[in-house]
Amino acid sequence: MLIGIPKESSKGERRVATTPDAAQQLQKLGYDVILETGAGDSSKFRDIDYESVGVKISDSKKEIFETADIILKVREPSEEESKLLREGQIFISFLAPAQNPELLKELADKKVNALAVESIPRISRAQKMDALSSMANIAGYRAIVEASQYFGRFFTGQITAAGKIPPAKVLVIGAGVAGLAAIGAAKSMGAIVRAFDTRPEVKEQVESMDGEFLMLDFEEEGSGSGGYAKVMSKEFIEAEMALFAEQAKDVDIIVTTALIPGKPAPELITEDMVKSMREGSVIVDLAAAMGGNCRLSEADKVVEKHGVSIIGYTDLPSRLPTQSSQLYATNLRHLITDMTPEKDGEITIDFEDEAIRGATVTMAGEITFPPPAPKLSAAPAKKEPPVENVQPKNDAEKKETGWLPFILGGAAFCGLGLVAPASFVAHFTVFILACFVGYMVIWNVTPALHTPLMSVTNAISSIIIIGALLQISAPDPWVIWLSGFAVLITSINIFGGFAVTQRMLDMFRK
Amino acid sequence: MSQGLINMAYIGATILFILALGGLSKQETARRGNILGMIGMGIALVVTVVGLVTRNYELLFGAMIIGGIIGFVAAKKVEMTQMPELVAILHSLVGLAAMLVGYANFLSHAVEYVGVEKTIHDIETYLGILIGSLTFSGSVVAYLKLSGKWGGKPLLLPARHWLNLILLILAIYFGYAFVIETASGNGIQPLIFMTVIALLFGIHMVAAIGGADMPVVVSMLNSYSGWAAAALGFMLANDLLIVIGALVGSSGAILSYIMCRAMNRNFISVIAGGFGTGTSSTGPAIEVEGEVIATSAEELASQLTSAKEVMIIPGYGMAVAQAQHMVSDIAKILRKKNVNVRFGIHPVAGRMPGHMNVLLAEAKVPYDIVFEMDEINEDFPKVDVSIVIGANDIVNPAAQEVPDSPIAGMPVLEPWNGKRTIVLKRGMATGYAGVENPLFYKENTRMLFGDARDSLEAVFRAIDS
Repeated sequence: MLIGIPKESSKGERRVATTPDAAQQLQKLGYDVILETGAGDSSKFRDIDYESVGVKISDSKKEIFETADIILKVREPSEEESKLLREGQIFISFLAPAQNPELLKELADKKVNALAVESIPRISRAQKMDALSSMANIAGYRAIVEASQYFGRFFTGQITAAGKIPPAKVLVIGAGVAGLAAIGAAKSMGAIVRAFDTRPEVKEQVESMDGEFLMLDFEEEGSGSGGYAKVMSKEFIEAEMALFAEQAKDVDIIVTTALIPGKPAPELITEDMVKSMREGSVIVDLAAAMGGNCRLSEADKVVEKHGVSIIGYTDLPSRLPTQSSQLYATNLRHLITDMTPEKDGEITIDFEDEAIRGATVTMAGEITFPPPAPKLSAAPAKKEPPVENVQPKNDAEKKETGWLPFILGGAAFCGLGLVAPASFVAHFTVFILACFVGYMVIWNVTPALHTPLMSVTNAISSIIIIGALLQISAPDPWVIWLSGFAVLITSINIFGGFAVTQRMLDMFRK
Repeated sequence: MSQGLINMAYIGATILFILALGGLSKQETARRGNILGMIGMGIALVVTVVGLVTRNYELLFGAMIIGGIIGFVAAKKVEMTQMPELVAILHSLVGLAAMLVGYANFLSHAVEYVGVEKTIHDIETYLGILIGSLTFSGSVVAYLKLSGKWGGKPLLLPARHWLNLILLILAIYFGYAFVIETASGNGIQPLIFMTVIALLFGIHMVAAIGGADMPVVVSMLNSYSGWAAAALGFMLANDLLIVIGALVGSSGAILSYIMCRAMNRNFISVIAGGFGTGTSSTGPAIEVEGEVIATSAEELASQLTSAKEVMIIPGYGMAVAQAQHMVSDIAKILRKKNVNVRFGIHPVAGRMPGHMNVLLAEAKVPYDIVFEMDEINEDFPKVDVSIVIGANDIVNPAAQEVPDSPIAGMPVLEPWNGKRTIVLKRGMATGYAGVENPLFYKENTRMLFGDARDSLEAVFRAIDS
């Protein structure tokens, strides 16, 4: 089958849906690839690079749409492209299916089988094709780079001959993939980074990036299904806003990444908060495309309000085109690999496969969006109260009976002392002391040597041989033979026990 | 030789034996300790033979030489995986010897006691033979079970606790009869009855214990063989035997305790029997979320070479697959590549206390990278890759997370706190405890199915190339 890669037509879009490397991999799966001339130019992949790995170059978009069985794109089809799409063609790109019902209807009417890469469910198996995460990662990184351009100071703190420079303080709201990438980037530039998220399970992830996780003194979990956040209660939001208001006075840079799937972005930074920020501070609003987390942000623009630069770019991944094209192309390549189980260049849309079912938004004239919800969350399954009291019963029993053995033992000793002859008491003393010596000595034995310990105790417990030796000289033949046999078997034990112990100990080498 | 000199020599031997056990506290001193033990034994034997034996030297030396050769050959030939069997059979010999010496002493009437002393002496003889017989038959069954000649399933007779109780009452009754009858110079009959009862009791006791509890049984029999020696020491009024018996007895008891604690079992219930399997069927099914993700040897190899900290968790399955040498080779090659490889050993990883350490030592794994569970459990968050080889229950998070699991509260190794866990396993079967293992379903766990040795060989080749 033929895979067609048209040049992106949206304004400012610099990415391309496949790279020479990925194209090579697609050919290994049995596909042919055709590319519109100049499609990779803005992400620094030249036509000649594609040609050298066997990609056909065409200068006609029309030709690509007419010949290709599969179209790979970054952005949704433009009006012109929609018209060119044919029945039965497979179209894969970002489609924003929840926001674009008309587009889905149009695609379904044309009987195009469309896959929206942002609908691939976030299950472990599908991570390799999760383009949304790839792009979010880049956006998070780029957000910090953009912020640094408008921020008039260092990120890192320094003590120089010219005085002390405090480190910049960065607040990241929403610790998803983008948030974590932003934390990592800001941290590596030396800033103090704080992060907030409604989902408590990301605390560890934030801390693993060396960020400080801001806790809200409030009991409510924000984990929705599929690893995304959900809408929170009114009280929670009030507590959250109070926290942001307080932080706004302190921090220099705020990066907001709060998005709830299929809903307008929640407003988190009010005009008053912006006013309270220091002159020269920067806000990067990664949710600007969805209405913005900051009241004052404007999509695709940088505005300066109350002395604060507010960056509302919606094309952050596209501003790092080579990197994002590489990751996006690899994600698509993984998706197509999964859709080509026979590696014979024949694509199949398998609705049994959760990942592919999730991505498919139109199929044979039907709209198949939204897919049945995936159930996995990154949060651990809710646990029962902690397992502290596994054995309370035993402990209680021990306490109750704690003195009983001592009393019984004491009574037994007294009883013995009353009747036993002196010779027995002497031996008994030796016995009890030896038990204690044994107790002390054995607890000191390293567990690694417990097997040699057993074999050596085996050997020395054959000291019973002395008992046999004491009697071997008796006149009674029965006694002699019994003793002789006892000598035989204890000798096996003595020699065998010591020898095997030595053999084992010789093996323990550094 | 005067009795005083003999006693002094015995004290010397006693000290040497204590030093021998003390030496085992560290690998560096263990070899010297063992040699001290041998010297102690040598002194005790020489002094006894020279000072107290007056005739029948031919029989004595003949028996000693034949026994010595048998023991020596067995010690040299035994496979390290068979150590539990060897130890069990050696225990049975101690028990048998105690029994024989007890009978010989009873028959020889060397010293005549009167009054209370006689009663005490009779009880000592009786106890010595009782414990000896019990140890003998119990160890033989343990040996048969360990070597697979007797099925691992516990023998659960109906009303077995009552049966045990009846046997105990009978033993006490015959003990009473024995003391009464010896007054008139008889007593052999009750003694023989008791011996039969003790032998039966030993068989029944070990037969009723499940395969998973074998480490406890082996240590328990170790303890019994010590108590048998101590009882004989009382009978013969010999302090050397008493001290050694007490040392060995407490050693075995401590090992049993450690094993029970490591398996989260109550000592009494292990002895009462039927513990190895009974609980599994009643355990509630754990609902495990997530999916099992398989991996390949090549992937494991690449993860190992790019890791900084690797933890290997062996279980008895490794020994069954004879994979310990391959594991050792992998550890060696990784260490050459500056990967910090360590081994984490659970107390019941083998079939007897410390068994896994011996198996690894035999495979030439340096002992300073082999750690006990308590030493390394806290290091898992820093570990990049943990490899679980042929182990199951000892790495089961259900022990900590599921309060009503049959293994709840059992101390386990915690590889899931590390970055990635690879489990080498034949299939998805459960371990001895019969409990599902949620570790296999964790997001950072990968399964490498197949024979451990074949898989590890493939891993080794992939690392080496």
